[in-house]
Amino acid sequence: MNICVCIKRVPLLGSAIVLTDDQRSIDTARLGFTVSPHEECAVEAAVRLIEEHGGTITLLCLGPAEAVEQLREQLAIGPDRAILIQVQDEVDPQASAALIAEAIAQDEATTGTRYDLVLMGSESADTAGYQTGIRVAHRLGMPVITNVKGLSVEGGQVTCERAVGSTREVYRAPMPAVVTTKDGLNVPRYPSVPGRIKARKKPIDIQQATVPAARLEKVRLVVPVSEAKGAEDLGTGSQAAERLVEVIRKIGVLQ
Amino acid sequence: MSKVPASARCVVIGAGIVGNSVAYHLARLGWKDIVQVDKGPLPNPGGSTGHASNFIFPVDHTKEMTELTHESMRQYKEMGVFTECGGIEVARTPERMQELQRRMSSAKSFGIPDTEIITPERVKELVPYIDESVILGGFYTPSVGVVDSLRAGTIMRERAQELGALTVSANTEVLGIDVEEGKVVRVRTSQGDIQTDTVVIACGCWSPKIARMAGASIPLTPAVHQMKDIGPVPRFADAKGDIEYPIVRDMDTNMYERQHGTGLEVGSYAHRPILHRVEEIPSNAEAALSPTEFPFTQDDFDLQDEHALELMPEIVGDESVGQKYAINGILSLTPDGMPILGETPEVKGLWSAAAVWIKEGPGTGKSVAEWMVLGESEIDLHASDIARFHEHHKAEHHINARTSEGFNKTYGIVHPAEQWSSNRDVRLSPYNEREKALGAVFFETVGWERPFWYQANAHLVEKFGDAVMPRTAEWESRWWSPIINAEHLQMRQTAGLVDLTAFAIFDVIGPSALDVVQRTAVRQMDVAVGKVVYTPVLSPSGGFKSDLTIMRLAHDHFRVVTGGAHGMADRKWFADQLPADGSAQIADLTSAYTTLGLWGPKAREILASVTQADVSNEGFGFGTCRVIEIGPLRVLASRISYVGDLGWEFYLPMEQGARLWDILWEAGQAHGLIAVGIGVYGTTGRLEKSYRAYGAELETEYNVIEAGMQTAKVKEQDFVGKQAYLQHRAEDPVAILCSLTVDDHTSSTGEKRYMLGREPILTKEGQPITDAKGRRSYVTSAGSAPSLGKHVLMAYLPLEHATVGAGLLVEYLGVQYPVTVAMAGPTPLLDPKNERILA
Repeated sequence: MNICVCIKRVPLLGSAIVLTDDQRSIDTARLGFTVSPHEECAVEAAVRLIEEHGGTITLLCLGPAEAVEQLREQLAIGPDRAILIQVQDEVDPQASAALIAEAIAQDEATTGTRYDLVLMGSESADTAGYQTGIRVAHRLGMPVITNVKGLSVEGGQVTCERAVGSTREVYRAPMPAVVTTKDGLNVPRYPSVPGRIKARKKPIDIQQATVPAARLEKVRLVVPVSEAKGAEDLGTGSQAAERLVEVIRKIGVLQ
Repeated sequence: MSKVPASARCVVIGAGIVGNSVAYHLARLGWKDIVQVDKGPLPNPGGSTGHASNFIFPVDHTKEMTELTHESMRQYKEMGVFTECGGIEVARTPERMQELQRRMSSAKSFGIPDTEIITPERVKELVPYIDESVILGGFYTPSVGVVDSLRAGTIMRERAQELGALTVSANTEVLGIDVEEGKVVRVRTSQGDIQTDTVVIACGCWSPKIARMAGASIPLTPAVHQMKDIGPVPRFADAKGDIEYPIVRDMDTNMYERQHGTGLEVGSYAHRPILHRVEEIPSNAEAALSPTEFPFTQDDFDLQDEHALELMPEIVGDESVGQKYAINGILSLTPDGMPILGETPEVKGLWSAAAVWIKEGPGTGKSVAEWMVLGESEIDLHASDIARFHEHHKAEHHINARTSEGFNKTYGIVHPAEQWSSNRDVRLSPYNEREKALGAVFFETVGWERPFWYQANAHLVEKFGDAVMPRTAEWESRWWSPIINAEHLQMRQTAGLVDLTAFAIFDVIGPSALDVVQRTAVRQMDVAVGKVVYTPVLSPSGGFKSDLTIMRLAHDHFRVVTGGAHGMADRKWFADQLPADGSAQIADLTSAYTTLGLWGPKAREILASVTQADVSNEGFGFGTCRVIEIGPLRVLASRISYVGDLGWEFYLPMEQGARLWDILWEAGQAHGLIAVGIGVYGTTGRLEKSYRAYGAELETEYNVIEAGMQTAKVKEQDFVGKQAYLQHRAEDPVAILCSLTVDDHTSSTGEKRYMLGREPILTKEGQPITDAKGRRSYVTSAGSAPSLGKHVLMAYLPLEHATVGAGLLVEYLGVQYPVTVAMAGPTPLLDPKNERILA
């Protein structure tokens, strides 16, 4: 089977978020970048499916030239190749979905590959629109199962689990299908050194894109007031025991 | 929020390994009311200590660093946070194998026991996951270990608190340091102001920013050291502690690999230098990890992955072993690679304890605390003294250029005479164009370009033949030329002109000027105007702080001339003696005055031909100075010599120097005058005369008697170190400085080899020699003595070995060579009665 996994380059944040002067984006001058845990799980799920069923994995990313860093990072755990649709600025969900769907369709046309599964994170770690996966499925005419925490493939069908409160919903859809994954689907492996060395030689197809006009305008960002008080010093050694028990009771571990 | 105390005896800024250990040692030495602040939380405030790899290799080619590291290991062990695991520096190349032999020499010279060169097979026994086929051997140090530096910091803070001496305030950011009349008065923090007259900046990579708040400079830069942790490693699955296998330093790839619990930590100094500005370091809250754990840039590590895979394929090549953690860890780099310690020259009471790594942290903390409380440290810190920096050293351009160049030499094979290639041509003497025309090969001293020898003198090599003591081995031919020895021999026959512009020159002026120089110098300074006095300068405990010359130019005017390398520290030392009432002042003339030396048997004839002044021995005696006219120039001439021949040093304004050069050069042609480089001035001329050099023979660990520099009488006036000096005179020295000559240079391969300095002196049986104070005997200076046809070594030897004719050994690159004590004490090997100088 052939799987396409979409990932997005996002800033790696600490507890405090600093905005740029125009308040329209996060100041990343002193930050690193990563992909969201949802997407790490998607890549891991794809690698496991291929280990079980055989096939190929293509990574797809819509982002700046620097996103090659995230693609290589994920290629190191197993995918075969990657496509970077190069865009400079943030793209709204509708345009993103259009560009991704178009890239997938075009890739299928040029390589002759037919993707059985398109895996995406349930939402991106930065803008969290929760809609790109659904829009991509709609454009590709595929069924979509969102917020997935369990995933298996059998007989041309994909079976997914979603967590709903303390219960689970199970969905089954014919492939090809789009599945958006949720952190907790699996425990993603760390890339090995040989994996990284191999990743350096894997092809990344960098494509220039014409971004459709945005239909969503970002006005400004607001950093919510944090209610967390940070770490609290409960004391040292046995002196801390009483306070510790108190806290454990308060959070419900002890009744 | 708790407020900080309103006042303190001392404020220590920073709670990493350095701040914690300074605070503890200040408390141990009796200080109270110490306040320690850090902007981060405890026990890991987020600086470099928190992400350090925490291992310690004790052997270093620098004695100062070796001693600081050795003392730090002692403290870590005492605190119970040291785990001995052993360490192996492995070699992939023959050049590195030779370098490992140098490591052996340094271990013996500076007293690190039990090190050995081992075979690849033995490395494999100790580190079974290594591929021994890629290495040629290893340098094994069983005493290598890892420490828990955060726990050590906590222990030290707690001990200081138990002594009732320390208040610690975490999450407290320093907002400003107030300075009044050149002195620290207050630290302003996010938790309130603290009145204090003493502040220690122990802020690692943030130190420059904090120093700037007070108008001082700590020239270091935050720089990246990449490190990754891979695991879990099947072989380490049952690991009990932190580490069970020796740490491997893969020297030729600038990398290290160490077991860390169930993981393997791989670190590198091989990647491109990645420097950051202090402003680029995020706050604790902004940082995804800690502020000094920057996002890993894999591209910079790609090659290192392959190197690690080559050396440890079993682990690194295992696809099931993942990369759990990887950072661009921030550490502090300085332009010369040494720490930055001591009171800042700019601000009284503002101390720096920065650019210190885990391995030397507690030893540095102890030393800085001793310096603050007692006026000096047991370990000589001159190479780390913040006062060493000249102005241009503080420029960001210099810091970035030199740290970039130095970074990849962290595990490099660095020749003792190795020159920097970056940021050259910063300080040019007035003779520079003329020197270039003569094919000068320039070495750099504190920014000055100094000719080491002149290609124009190459024909002299042929003239003197084997007397130039040619060298065939590449290592000791590097940064050396037989032309040096040829220039030497020619100068001894005719005369040489030496550019000494790099000297530091400063005047002490005012009604109290005599008091200041009296307090500083060992020798009597109340001399007639026109006298030149060469004098030791001592630390309170009677060790060498410097040696320099002082000219009395008027009743209230003294001119100090000292080596450029240490000149700024000397200036601070004198400045510290200035009276509070302003009745004496220091004027730094280093960049205003040039010095030109003229020496050799023909020096007088040459000088006489260009001046009306009486320059006869009667008219211009040795050890005197006066202004004479040379053509259109009025020049301060001083009849002294550091090369062992008759001659003068001329001091004159920088812009007139070139004219003086031309006048002397032209007049000298008829007398066989040549330009002579610093190779002669600093080494060959000096060694033949057994002249001591600061930083080589003269350090605070040795006293005047041991160096053989005592005079018949001690002056009545008080001076720094006098009590100790008197005591040293009253007791027998345990070691004295000797000159040795090498009896046979032939190595095991039949090639003649020449020692370069810092090699261990051994007994005839090959055993290291240690004196009663625990100091090893090693070569303090080495070089040719062409007039004697010998290679001369200087070394402090215990009395039982310090007898003329005694046979010993010197170990050089793994081979032992026979040497003989040629002179015990200061008597020169060449011209012991100084007839040449006094002619």
